[in-house]
Amino acid sequence: MGFFALPPAVQWSIAAIFGLLILATIIVRTLAAVRPEADWSELRQRVNSWWLMVVVFTTAMVLSRRISLAFFAFVSFMALKELLSLIPTRRADRRVLFWAYLAIPVQYYWVYVEWYGMFIIFVPVYMFLLLPFRMVLIGETEGFLRAAGTLHWGLMITVFSVSHAAFLLILRLKDKPDDLVGPGMVLMLVVLTQLNDVCQFLWGKSLGRRKIVPKVSPGKTWAGFVGGVVTTTAIAWFVGPLLTPLSAQQSLIAGLIIGIGGFIGDVNISALKRDLKVKDSGSLLPGHGGILDRIDSLTYTAPLFFHYVYWLFDWHTFGAGAIRL
Amino acid sequence: MNHTLRFLFFASVVRPILLVICGLNVRHRERLRFDGPALVVANHNSHLDALTLICLFPLSQLPKLRPVGAKDYFFRNRWLQWFSTKILGIIPLDRDMKSGRRNLLTPISDALQAGEIVFLFPEGTRGEPEERAEFKTGIAHLAKRHAEVPVHPIFFHGLGKALPKGEALLVPFFLDVFVGEPIHWSGNKSEFMEQLTCQMTALAAEGSFPAWD
Repeated sequence: MGFFALPPAVQWSIAAIFGLLILATIIVRTLAAVRPEADWSELRQRVNSWWLMVVVFTTAMVLSRRISLAFFAFVSFMALKELLSLIPTRRADRRVLFWAYLAIPVQYYWVYVEWYGMFIIFVPVYMFLLLPFRMVLIGETEGFLRAAGTLHWGLMITVFSVSHAAFLLILRLKDKPDDLVGPGMVLMLVVLTQLNDVCQFLWGKSLGRRKIVPKVSPGKTWAGFVGGVVTTTAIAWFVGPLLTPLSAQQSLIAGLIIGIGGFIGDVNISALKRDLKVKDSGSLLPGHGGILDRIDSLTYTAPLFFHYVYWLFDWHTFGAGAIRL
Repeated sequence: MNHTLRFLFFASVVRPILLVICGLNVRHRERLRFDGPALVVANHNSHLDALTLICLFPLSQLPKLRPVGAKDYFFRNRWLQWFSTKILGIIPLDRDMKSGRRNLLTPISDALQAGEIVFLFPEGTRGEPEERAEFKTGIAHLAKRHAEVPVHPIFFHGLGKALPKGEALLVPFFLDVFVGEPIHWSGNKSEFMEQLTCQMTALAAEGSFPAWD
């Protein structure tokens, strides 16, 4: 692909993201210099981790399609590993978990060969049927339902959902198959999802009073939610037509989907953590927590945004049987 | 030890497996910044334990890192013996007591005197996955003999899930490594053992681990 092969709007967006990061770094440094008595270490860690994530993400997106897909597959792998390390699993299922991991390369292979029909059923149908069968072969029935249920939920969240961002990358319009529209759409999805998180946090911090889901996530407020959705929708309305084939009106709806979906994905993982009685899902990204803490919103926005744009246009390829092995 | 092969093995095989395929979650890593001689003791559930201990230290310290391994296990055949001594750099320990305890620990004493960092699993064997067993008292004898050498306790979780005894298939899990404060010989064997066990229990209590049964 290469940076210079990307559409100019995508190049400018990447430059803008780095601009935002530099701005954030300057703000944090200034705050720390002006008010050295306060503890800025968490904020600083957070910004540093953002640098790491942005550099890795943009590099992976720019280098080549294979590397971009491998990047998403790696995110799925880290997320599934984090989840399986966090939830109760059965000793008898060790080898079943290995099969669950194998779903990752296979699922991303369907993306790579642009086989939509297989991509969309592989986890919900084939893995759904295979993993319980593998458990039955081992023969441990104590806790069978819980084990089969939790494992499939985990695969859906970490592999099936996340792989939608990867499929978005390879989408090509039917009437203009040579237009490189994927990178712009992925950028819009990922950046808006993350900005939505930040905006909901900032609006909540500055105006938030009434709690929205006190039992699941006491820090979340109505003001944060509404402020975040409005901001995200406004940005989507502006950047959507520049980055993607979406019109301004379609971008507006996409922004709403990302804003609302992102919130639900976030509290969904919050509920999981509360159930498991942990604060963070891991310690991979200092200041943020684990990888699940970072992609929680994306587990909802990726499939929702994908299926919205998939419905909007006629895409090149990929009905069932587009590829026969 | 074959330092070149050992370096290559740890840099290109062990580290990618442990740091990327599995992933270490190390608490109190700052407590590991020390030079030899030192004794590091940990609970033992997996072949990954010794490899993980070695990966906790920078590659530059590799020549100094010596895990203790059971002679009857690691010297089973010639190939394994070559691999254990040249690549893993183990100090072989006779598990049967015929030759007497004093002689038994001599190779470890020699390593400590040479300023090396020795890894020891006082549970004696890997045992049941993710279950702690009582520490054997050989470590107390060593601590007594080398009163100036600090003993660093480390608690592991998850390694027995990733690669338990009797399994050859590695299943990725994040591995928890909790590093304790060093303790020294207190002049009394049972007191020392109790202090060590207490430290391990306190380290284990720092994490909340999901059920595995």
